[in-house]
Amino acid sequence: MQAPANKKKSRVSYAKWGYIFIAPFFVTFLIFQLIPLGQTIYYSFFEYYRSGLKIIGPKFVGLANYAKLFQADLLSYFSNTMIMWLIGFIPQIIVSLLLAVWFTDNRLKLRFQPFFKTVIYMPNLIMASAFSMLFFALFSDNGPVNSALVNAGIFGEPFRFLSNVWGTRGLVGLMNFLMWFGNTTILLMAAVMGIDLSLFEAAEIDGCTPSQTFWQITMPLIRPILIYVLITSLIGGLQMFDVPQVLTNGKGSPNRCATTMVMYLNNHLYSKNFGMAGAVSVIMFIVCAILCVVVTKTLDKDDRKV
Amino acid sequence: MKKGMSLLLVLALALSLLTSVAMAEEGKVLNIWCWNDEFQSRFNAYYPGVAEIAEDKTTTTLTDGTVVKWTINPNENNNYQNKLDEALLAQETAAADDKIDIFLIEADYALKYVDSPYTLDVKADIGLTDEQLAGQYKYTQDIASIDGVLKGVTWQATPGLFAYRRSIAKDVLGTDDPVAVQEALADWDKFDAVAEQAAAKGYKMLSGYDDSYRTFSNNVSAPWVDGTSVKVDANIMKWVEQTKNYTDKGYNNKSSLWSDVWAKDQGPDGKVFGFFYSTWGINFTLMGNSLADPNAAAEVGNGIFGDYAVCEGPQPYYWGGTWICAATGTDNVATIKDVMEKLTVDPAIAKQITVDTQDYTNCVAAMDELANSDFQSAFLGGQNHIALFAKAAPMIDMSNISAYDQGCNENFQAAFKDYFDGVVDIDTAKANFETAIMEKYPELTEVIWP
Repeated sequence: MQAPANKKKSRVSYAKWGYIFIAPFFVTFLIFQLIPLGQTIYYSFFEYYRSGLKIIGPKFVGLANYAKLFQADLLSYFSNTMIMWLIGFIPQIIVSLLLAVWFTDNRLKLRFQPFFKTVIYMPNLIMASAFSMLFFALFSDNGPVNSALVNAGIFGEPFRFLSNVWGTRGLVGLMNFLMWFGNTTILLMAAVMGIDLSLFEAAEIDGCTPSQTFWQITMPLIRPILIYVLITSLIGGLQMFDVPQVLTNGKGSPNRCATTMVMYLNNHLYSKNFGMAGAVSVIMFIVCAILCVVVTKTLDKDDRKV
Repeated sequence: MKKGMSLLLVLALALSLLTSVAMAEEGKVLNIWCWNDEFQSRFNAYYPGVAEIAEDKTTTTLTDGTVVKWTINPNENNNYQNKLDEALLAQETAAADDKIDIFLIEADYALKYVDSPYTLDVKADIGLTDEQLAGQYKYTQDIASIDGVLKGVTWQATPGLFAYRRSIAKDVLGTDDPVAVQEALADWDKFDAVAEQAAAKGYKMLSGYDDSYRTFSNNVSAPWVDGTSVKVDANIMKWVEQTKNYTDKGYNNKSSLWSDVWAKDQGPDGKVFGFFYSTWGINFTLMGNSLADPNAAAEVGNGIFGDYAVCEGPQPYYWGGTWICAATGTDNVATIKDVMEKLTVDPAIAKQITVDTQDYTNCVAAMDELANSDFQSAFLGGQNHIALFAKAAPMIDMSNISAYDQGCNENFQAAFKDYFDGVVDIDTAKANFETAIMEKYPELTEVIWP
């Protein structure tokens, strides 16, 4: 009678260990991501804020928060974000492509490559807020950049970068460019190095000019990575926060032209307005989700073509 | 008789037992929250119970073994208020040694905490008496009172003056005598005229946009907020008009309050005629900025130490002020009482603080004594500025403060900076102020312009 029981025991299931091993991730994900996500969406339908030391709400108000957002300047904050992202991204992609092609070109054989690669990646190692503080000091009204420009006779009097719409946006773009072009260069180099060398050799034998090689061979073959770079940068750009926040001392000035979506979100969060902050987050979530779908679709299409 | 005696004895015994229990319960940690090291340095220097100060200044040990823990959060953009609110809301559940015992509040948002259950009654709960408090400036108690209950006390009174550079005044007006300079700056028309003269000689009258702000915002006819609507006072719009005018004519250096340009303008390389500053600003901020070498001794020869003097300026005003509040839930009532008594009531300590630091303390008798003495401020070139403060202090009227003042003042200055800079027109500046203030205080519904 005891034998079958023994047999049963010997057929131990190891599956549970699998679940136990992956459990920590799911538990953390649940506690720190999924529940807060659900809460954010939930509270976006409520009037819920702090008035002095008194807590107002939560009171269900339906879509009132969303209605208020679209009446407010949400679109202008979205366009601020996109404009500052573009100011940084366009030079970033051009310079990165150029550097990636140069670094990988077998005929150029650039010397001191590891040195340059380290140097261009360096700005990314600095904390964004520290980098921003540095620029704030460098470009302040009586900062070193202004004294240099005045001493060199380029400007008659200091140029007040941070009191000028395009000065401020330009600085934010410049910082994002400096921080990210090294990273993009390395990604694109990996892409270029993945191309079969015989293709370049064949092109050379057929008498292609370097620019023809670039446009006809390199570009089409690194397209998936280019799209990946574009989308990750776009999502990162949408979440732009620390650089403009620190540079403008949280004000997004002048004329709120440097107020990004996340800074706007932070303004609401700062006054403990959880309802409105929730609504802004949900909108950002939807925009990011749409972008992700767009990437997946584009990459899928690409695969089918190949 | 015998029975009465024994009853008394029993009562006395019971009472002493009670007090000893209370004494035993006195917490070993005194948590103090503030936004800069001003109070900390006063406390460390003048509170008689200080035994030892930690090297990094984060704690101070008192003679009875109590450890004072300092929590300092910067003030700007409601940061201090937000952090404090979080802590106060968690006060009930916090461990005894983590509970806030004392927190400091500023005039711009005093009402928010005075009108809340998070502050203790200075008289009923802490035990300061009317006789003790009688020597303080009345307005310092009005501002911290709600329905007749006093919720905070301060060691300073903060009348404002106009601090000018003696050397520049001599160049522009031909004199640096405070009486003569005051004569030349007695009202806004005269002030504008001097600004024009100063500009002709290559000086700026003011450093930036916000310098004269308090002289206008303190002389308003109603508080910033009424119910849920923000009411912009006509006098504040006068500031907008004056500042735009000064900016366009080049009478100011386009700086903002607390910016590095502003701080530099107060130093040896500055070309600015003067600054509107209240008591703490003169001994704390202006003196620090005037030195060429901040680490060297503050004395004549270091930067422009001694080149400043003060006069009343065109309009009386006040600026700032720090109140000491006892937090509900504290376990250090006896210590708090002693701190309040020593730092805000004791005339000898008040006088000593003023003599040493030139801060203006909250003791009418001691200040009047100094005002009528031959007290001299070396920083102000030997002037007895206490006499001017003593004249200005009784004129302070804080009846128009509201709990929203910090947010309104900061956002108003920020929104109109763009207008002065020429980035936006006045209507956009107004709209930007409306957006910003409703973001900061979601309960506000409208902004009414004069």
